[in-house]
Amino acid sequence: MLWDALLLQLGYNATLVAVGATLLGIAAGVTGTFLFLRKRALVSDAISHATLPGVGLAFIVMVLLGGEGRNLLGLLIGSAISAGIGLLCLNWLTRNTRLAEDAAIGAVLSVFFGFGIVLLTVIQSMSIGRQAGLEGFLLGSTAGMLWSDAVVIAIGGAVVLALITLLRRPMTMVAFDPEYAMAQGLPVNRIDLAMMGLVMAVTVVGLKIVGLILIVALLIIPPVTARFWTERAERVVLISGAVGGLAGYVGVAISASAPNLPTGPIIVLVSFVLFAISLLLAPGRGALAVLIRHLRFQRQVHMRQGLLALAQGQPIYESLTLRILRRAGLVRADGVATDAGKGRAAKALRDEKRWEVARADQAHEAAAQLYDGLRDIETVLTQDQIADIDRHIGGPQGIPA
Amino acid sequence: MLELATEQGKPLTEMDLADSPLAIRGLTVSYGEKPAVFSVDMTVQPGSMTAIIGPNGAGKSTLLKAALGVIKPLSGQVQVFGRPLDEQRAQIAYVPQRASVDWEFPTRVIDVVVMGLYRDVGLMGRLRKQHISRAQACLARVGMEDFADRQIGQLSGGQQQRVFLARALAQNAAIYLLDEPFAGVDAATEKAIISVLQSLRAEGKTVVAVHHDLATVAEYFDNVFLINTRKIAEGTVADAFTAETLQATYGGRLATAQVDQLALALG
Repeated sequence: MLWDALLLQLGYNATLVAVGATLLGIAAGVTGTFLFLRKRALVSDAISHATLPGVGLAFIVMVLLGGEGRNLLGLLIGSAISAGIGLLCLNWLTRNTRLAEDAAIGAVLSVFFGFGIVLLTVIQSMSIGRQAGLEGFLLGSTAGMLWSDAVVIAIGGAVVLALITLLRRPMTMVAFDPEYAMAQGLPVNRIDLAMMGLVMAVTVVGLKIVGLILIVALLIIPPVTARFWTERAERVVLISGAVGGLAGYVGVAISASAPNLPTGPIIVLVSFVLFAISLLLAPGRGALAVLIRHLRFQRQVHMRQGLLALAQGQPIYESLTLRILRRAGLVRADGVATDAGKGRAAKALRDEKRWEVARADQAHEAAAQLYDGLRDIETVLTQDQIADIDRHIGGPQGIPA
Repeated sequence: MLELATEQGKPLTEMDLADSPLAIRGLTVSYGEKPAVFSVDMTVQPGSMTAIIGPNGAGKSTLLKAALGVIKPLSGQVQVFGRPLDEQRAQIAYVPQRASVDWEFPTRVIDVVVMGLYRDVGLMGRLRKQHISRAQACLARVGMEDFADRQIGQLSGGQQQRVFLARALAQNAAIYLLDEPFAGVDAATEKAIISVLQSLRAEGKTVVAVHHDLATVAEYFDNVFLINTRKIAEGTVADAFTAETLQATYGGRLATAQVDQLALALG
């Protein structure tokens, strides 16, 4: 069943939702990266909750005008307007009062959401239009998704991606060093506003599929996941888009493969699984890689300290050091150095001297910065450079017996 | 250059405003209702190196940021070569305090330097090979060419500072404003930075730096600007960097013995 779903063979609606969710995931992941780099991820939570009053008011207006209250485009426009007002309130509060941004987010989020819930309750008691289904915007509801809904999502996502492609460099500059960007004459406030506008667009487009409560997950989890895999902002953007798209697609497939699985929450859970995998397994920044590096580092430290102790004829007391040296065949069971051990020890001592010279010389700065007391000097300097240093030190000093 | 050299000796008030790379008039900046900088005039000499000196919280960084348009002043004007700042942004390069950014940001050294080329590349323009090689040359100038591909989080404090200087050099501006470029850097970096700044001056460019170490002022700089919310003194090191002006700037915070020692060192 899941296999069929993954191959888009569960019928028209599931296919439509899968395409929509994938596009939404990509757009949200890419947009969210800039929010994450700017350290304003939670602003998206305020924006998304601020959409709710707009949904309610748009419904009421459309019904009063004698139309169909559930027109998706109309509801989305309403939600965008109220999210925009929420964003302006947030900006005003942080700029003109002494409130910190987190407090302002809390205030805007709860007030707008509360007002939105009141409107939805009023609408339900008004018995006008076909009001059923407006709650779907809270957590998303894909059951009755129409072709036109998918088109709205696709166009919205494409526009967002196009704008981000244009604005990516200024947005990265502002995220890294806003004051420098301002000194260069970049319109920092407008760039920030544009970024928030894009977040708003993604939020509004995502209301139908994941709903306003969980859209924040699609904006934040993919960039955080991507950050584990790379040290470069451009790649965080791309990987984050891929993670978001994958989560959207797989999430829809899973929810379509069994009855009564909610699409939006499943998408969020899938993106969490991708996050957890990255947290544990990513090379470089993942927890497992960090642990392995730590253990290997510890081994190297003990090895090097042991070798230097051997070279200088000092006794070794630490059992871990002895165990490591013994396993490498550098000392005998009684703690006396083997021939191989003596050779390695002499080299270790000599390398210490070479490092000392290299580190004192500004010409070797880039190499010297890699000094950690462990690294073999030939991995950072050429043979010629080492020969130079050796000349500086003087002739080879005999291997101590 | 000869002309400039004679001009440096003249009293500052005689300078024609239009000739000054950076002229500030009546600048007041306030956070809340306490002015950090009050009614300050400053006239920077072309082709000189000026140290902005004053105690902590005296408004040194604020003055610099207002001169760059990063902070909006309550009142006052900033003119760059006699024209409003907004028309002359390309002429000013900024080296902010090292601690002002998050060095865990996912980016490489070369990417940071390329940010200095933003005016050439354009808001949405394409990055070309020539841009990269220009950024490389700027890194080489601060002795960091081997670090281009390193992640910025791996750099030491002194190296971070030099990357920021390279980013400013990439702008190829006429004026360089530096906020405590020597704070928390090692001696090797301090030497590297000062020699770059001196070579900029030799090219006829103007350098203004917030500076903390009173002992090196006379060695590094031509002019000083003493500030403690209000301007205390401005002029050549010989004229304006005296025991009296320092006492007026630092008040009781500088021990008399310290002041005397400095004055003695200055002759």
